[in-house]
Formats: sequence, C-alpha cells, structure tokens
Amino acid sequence: MHRFANPTRFFRLANTVLPVLAAVTAVLFASGLYYGLFDSPPDYQQGDTVRIMYVHVPAAWAAMACYATMALAGASFLIWKHILADLAARAAAPIGAGFTLIALVTGSLWGQPMWGTWWVWDARLTSVLILFFLYLGYIALVNAFDDPDRGGRAGAVLALVGAVNLPIIKFSVDWWNTLHQPASVLRMDGPSIAPEMLLPLLLMAGAYFALFGVMMILRIRSLYAGRRLRQLRLAAASE
Amino acid sequence: MTRKNQRIALIVGGLSFLGVAAGLVLTAFEDSVVFFFSPTELQAKPIDPEQRIRVGGLVEEGSVARGPADAEVRFNVTDGNSSLTIRYVGILPDLFREGQGIVAQGRMQNAMFQADEVLAKHDENYMPKEVADALKKEGHWKDGEPPAASGSRPSAGGDS
Repeated sequence: MHRFANPTRFFRLANTVLPVLAAVTAVLFASGLYYGLFDSPPDYQQGDTVRIMYVHVPAAWAAMACYATMALAGASFLIWKHILADLAARAAAPIGAGFTLIALVTGSLWGQPMWGTWWVWDARLTSVLILFFLYLGYIALVNAFDDPDRGGRAGAVLALVGAVNLPIIKFSVDWWNTLHQPASVLRMDGPSIAPEMLLPLLLMAGAYFALFGVMMILRIRSLYAGRRLRQLRLAAASE
Repeated sequence: MTRKNQRIALIVGGLSFLGVAAGLVLTAFEDSVVFFFSPTELQAKPIDPEQRIRVGGLVEEGSVARGPADAEVRFNVTDGNSSLTIRYVGILPDLFREGQGIVAQGRMQNAMFQADEVLAKHDENYMPKEVADALKKEGHWKDGEPPAASGSRPSAGGDS
C-alpha cells in the first residue's frame, strides 16, 4: 500500500488503468441501461416505474462507498501524512456529492408515483440528506484554509466524524419504522429480487463504481497538478 | 508508542466514543426517529387528540368500505396483533389495496383515526408479474403478511 503513496509510482499505475476502466464504464453503462430500461420485466406491483431502481439504487451505493473512501483516505492522511491520501479524500467529495444528489432526486421521482409523496422526513431519507450536507461541508471546509495541509487535516476530521452516518443510513430501515422499504440485495437471507431484475441492477452498480474509479483518477491527477503549480509559484515568488 | 500509533489510537478511540454517543442519542429520540407507530404501539401509549401522528400497517383484507360522503373511505390497518379503523377523505395512492402496507397521518378521534394523508409503502420484493402469479397459483403466496410484511415488523415494537 505504501509503495503507491509515491506519486510517480501511483500515476504510472493510474495512467495504465485509466483507459481500461473508462472502456469498462462505457460498456457497463450501455449494457446496464439497455437491460434495465428495455429488456427487463416490469414489476408485479410497480410496473415500469421499477426501472427507476436501476438508476437510483446503484447511485445510493456509490454515494456511500465514496464517503467510506473519503473517510479512509482522510484517516490515512491524519496517520501517515501522505499527500496522495489528502488528494484522494478531496477528489472523492464532489463525486460523492453528485452520486448522493442523483440518489435523492431519482428517489423523489420514484416516491411520488409509488408512495404518493415527493419527500418525507423518515430515517432513511433524512440520513441520506445529511450525507449530502456532509459532502458540501467537507468541500467548504478543506478549501477554507490558506495552508492546504491544515485544510486537509480539518476536513479529514470532519469526514471521520461524519462516517458515523454510514451505518445509520444502511440500517435505518431495520432499526426504525420508515416509509422506505428495507434492503433487497445486501441482506442476510439473500436477495429478494428476481434474477432477471438483479442482473441489470448489478450491471448498473458495476458501471457506477467504474465511473467512480475513472473520476477519482482524473481528479487526483488534476489536484496533484494544482499542488505542483502552487509549489512552483511559491518557489518563484521567494527567489 | 510512536507518534503514528498515537494518532491511530486517537482516531479509533475518538470514533468509538462518537459511535456510542450517536447510538445513545438515537435511542433516546427513538419516538421522534420512527416514522410511524403500529396500532399495537398506539394502544400502549397515551395520545393527545390534538397531536398529529402517523400510524402504519397492512390494510386488512375485506375491510375497505367507501362512502357515505364523496371520496370517503374507511379501512382497518393491522400489524397482526391489533387493528385500527382509519377514515380518510381524498385520493388514495395507486399502490393502495388490501394487504398492502400504508402509512396514514392524522389524529385520533373517538377510537377512530382521522387521516389527512395516506401514503403507500411498498416492500423489498421485486419480481415480474408472471412470477408473482405463479407463486400465487402454487400457493406459496402468504396473503396478508409477506411479501408486504415490511408495513410493520412485529419486532419493531419489541426492541424500543
């Protein structure tokens, strides 16, 4: 793991992985969207509205995985002070905020026809909204410092504190009465979803996670370039 | 202990404290975090008639009655142990049917629940219509409870 804390080594690997991952993303999105929107059966209760699931559920998974990545990267930055860990945490924040927004918006569009309401303050919906605000708070906090290292440390602490929200989101539907239904795929006694609907869902989940990887590499690369530029400017100014 | 190990200990310790604190707060506010009460839970607690509350459960089979007023509907909501009659005037969501989980918001009036909003709950089971029909035909379909059991889990009241 520590070998890849070296930026040169990390970028050599990342640049080889990037085109492959980008191709995988495109293929998974194309096949997942086709299966999900055209070639999968409508639900016995929800009819065609169930197709929102193929966009909504993987976005929510990616939003949570992205936050976990951000919190772990933040913790590594606090412990080992590797600059790449800080850049990874910063890179993950807007990506995760985007995924969370997709999950919130598609969930709202799904809730109106099925539940009869755009929004309710139940435990699942509220905890995901808090996740969105945690992302925004993190972005604001890390950019509020002149010294990027201090900003990164403050942000890492916020990211770690907010990680408490992740198990709350996941188990909110089991711990409390909620309007949102319990988990269908990641549950103890196996998926409660028909195989021909599970396949497009997993394809879309793969697509979202591959997209997450592509955007992470691109953002870490540009953030690193920004850091180098800053160092060069500082060096030029002090001469 | 090196400084690195100190930092690890600080992060792990801090997070555990935080986790315990969050757990305690959420347990203390259980009544505000739950989105609705089941009919059994409602019987056990004193209710202020002025207070707006939500009650959830499955629509009892054969209990839906229309009228006498326009768009007025009465039905019983059950959690398996006890049931509660709900009166609602308005348009019901598409998913509303007997055996389906619903959540109603309103006030208690003379042992009847006056709802001003009825939301449908759907469950965590997804399947094509043909599969659902086949299950019903084979008799594997347990009417009334699952697959719509998510409306109110019996355990929900027990662990509070």
